[in-house]
Amino acid sequence: MRVALFVTCLVDLMRPRIGFATIELLEAAGCNVIVPAGQTCCGQPAWNSGDRAAAAALAKKVIDEFVGSAYVVVPSGSCADQIRNEYPVILADEPEWHARAVELAGRVYELTDFLVNVARIGTLPGNFSGSVTYHDSCTGLRSMGIKEQPRDLLAKLPGVELKEMDAAEECCGFGGTFSVKFGEISAAIAAKKCGNACASGAGTIVGGDLGCLLNIEGKLRRLGDETTQVRHIAEVLTAKN
Amino acid sequence: MESRSRHFKANAAASLANPVLQANLKTAKGKFVDKRAIAIKEIDDFEGSREAAKNIRNRVLENLDLWLEKFEETATARGATVLWAKDGDEICRLVAEIGQRHGVQKAAKSKSMLSEEANLNMALTAAGIRPIETDLGEYILQINDNEPPSHIIAPVVHKSLDEVADLFHQVHKTPRKTEIQALTREAREVLREHFLTADMGISGGNFLVAETGSVALVTNEGNGRMVTTLPRVHVVITGIEKVVPTLEDLTLLLRLLPRSATGQSISNYVSVLTGVKTPAELDGPEHLYFILVDNGRADVVGTEFQDMLRCIRCGACMNHCPVYQTIGGHAYGWVYPGPMGAVLTPLYTGLENAIDLPQAATLCNQCGVVCPVMIPLPELLRKLREKQVEKHLRPWFERFALKIWARVAASPPLYALGSWLGVRYLKWLAGGQDRIPVLGVAPGWTLGRDFPAPEGETFREQYAERQGKR
Repeated sequence: MRVALFVTCLVDLMRPRIGFATIELLEAAGCNVIVPAGQTCCGQPAWNSGDRAAAAALAKKVIDEFVGSAYVVVPSGSCADQIRNEYPVILADEPEWHARAVELAGRVYELTDFLVNVARIGTLPGNFSGSVTYHDSCTGLRSMGIKEQPRDLLAKLPGVELKEMDAAEECCGFGGTFSVKFGEISAAIAAKKCGNACASGAGTIVGGDLGCLLNIEGKLRRLGDETTQVRHIAEVLTAKN
Repeated sequence: MESRSRHFKANAAASLANPVLQANLKTAKGKFVDKRAIAIKEIDDFEGSREAAKNIRNRVLENLDLWLEKFEETATARGATVLWAKDGDEICRLVAEIGQRHGVQKAAKSKSMLSEEANLNMALTAAGIRPIETDLGEYILQINDNEPPSHIIAPVVHKSLDEVADLFHQVHKTPRKTEIQALTREAREVLREHFLTADMGISGGNFLVAETGSVALVTNEGNGRMVTTLPRVHVVITGIEKVVPTLEDLTLLLRLLPRSATGQSISNYVSVLTGVKTPAELDGPEHLYFILVDNGRADVVGTEFQDMLRCIRCGACMNHCPVYQTIGGHAYGWVYPGPMGAVLTPLYTGLENAIDLPQAATLCNQCGVVCPVMIPLPELLRKLREKQVEKHLRPWFERFALKIWARVAASPPLYALGSWLGVRYLKWLAGGQDRIPVLGVAPGWTLGRDFPAPEGETFREQYAERQGKR
């Protein structure tokens, strides 16, 4: 099964190890992973900033770059949503492109959703041991239906103890460019998320979207918490003790 | 009400720095969110009900003029007078004229957000009519030097018990009380006199029923009944979008509204008021006026923002909004706060007068999933952002940054170079630490948190290296 990896620009820049962990998971699930070389960003920052033209240009670029694979897998619910649910909207007025957007939408998946529901992964490559709490990122949860998939995967690791936090489904305050435009509000919302996450007693906060994770980690450190770990689900599922 | 939405950032900063407000917001959030979650479970098919409610509201909006004509016809047949107001000034003029015609000196008001849009109390006072707010929350705000409400159904949610106790003590010149029951009794004693002496009652309207010419009011304190039945003149002020076709439609919306708003199965009072007092009836107004208000609504009909007019003013979107929960309603600067306000304020007061509001949302869509009439609030906020870009309303540095970013992201070689430089710059900034305390290129981020340092090489670099070795 040929699977193309959409790395996402945040993973490319900030946490390449999430990209490699994703490849490891996909290969463990029996996939033949390719990484289209010219990929950059899905265009969500432009779309959510109201720049339709820039969003459309990037949508077309992604559509062109990801032809030919059976599936496209993204280690981010939010970027996967942009490709699956927003591209057809962005390109609604261009029939040819719209048809191609719809075709791509049918084979793009968020990582955990793909592992559980498409590849039906058996044994995970990691053996992480410790207590974790899972933050449900907004777009993954509410637009892509990512809720049970990461928990199902965590449950496959015998060393993992899942301690659910209060309000796991509440926004962490990241919101893309919102985090910079309204930094103080964003950080104040992040403080609540950190409070709930830490109150769960888990040693590691896990999530599926790097934006949220950078927000949560940045707030924890500013608050003086040096011990709570913040990890992407792909890192946890591939971690070797 | 004059908009202060232009000062959103300063307003929000003040809210964040106010510890009393922060504590009050925390208490309020728990009450609204938890109670709603329990109440909606009483409905077997809540999602199906939302869908049906959305369809009822859409059916009206598709032929709004016809439903309004129908309402005018049925209401008039029951002895009411239907008047139309283009904007806030016309509301004020019409109410003052009605007051003068009937020799009104005092008007008792139940809650009406339209009267906030119009700044009606000030106009009434100028016309020699004394307005008395009788909703407890609105009353508290009125005696606190006409403070604006911070929530559409719980106008005084930003205040603590202690603050109200101080206010009553100062204004009523009575011994300070701290028990809620004692405070409400005190308010009731003050208000009772006004109910009995008011010549005019002014109310809002949750819904207008076209088939019967009725107004439906959803209230909890009983003041709505007093205001609409005791005075000889009753004036209903409501938006033109509030009409629903039938009583049957109303019953569905009534199943959703209180549950979404306060988490009640039904509000303490639901009044459906039709026509003037007939000779056979003992109470009710002799004169009934409907002032149906446009104030920006008609311009929204038929546009990509029409979905917003489905709103039934429950407040669930703000109750569940992480931004509203963090800064409260006053920061939004006009009558309507939270996600619905962030859409309505620019639509009604001008895109350029509320430049921050559509941006001040994480687009988490918690508002969208709780909205009882399924308004896609994040989508509307995003469309407003698109309008801002089209009209060149965004600040130059943002436009510049977006342009540069779009150019780089569109070109793989430029992106490779830019990301290569970018991660090295960030790594250097971190100076061997795992975090960056002050980020010059995006100072907003590090105002209240650190920025985690990057690994140091991009994925594409590392991947190319690994491929080379294979």
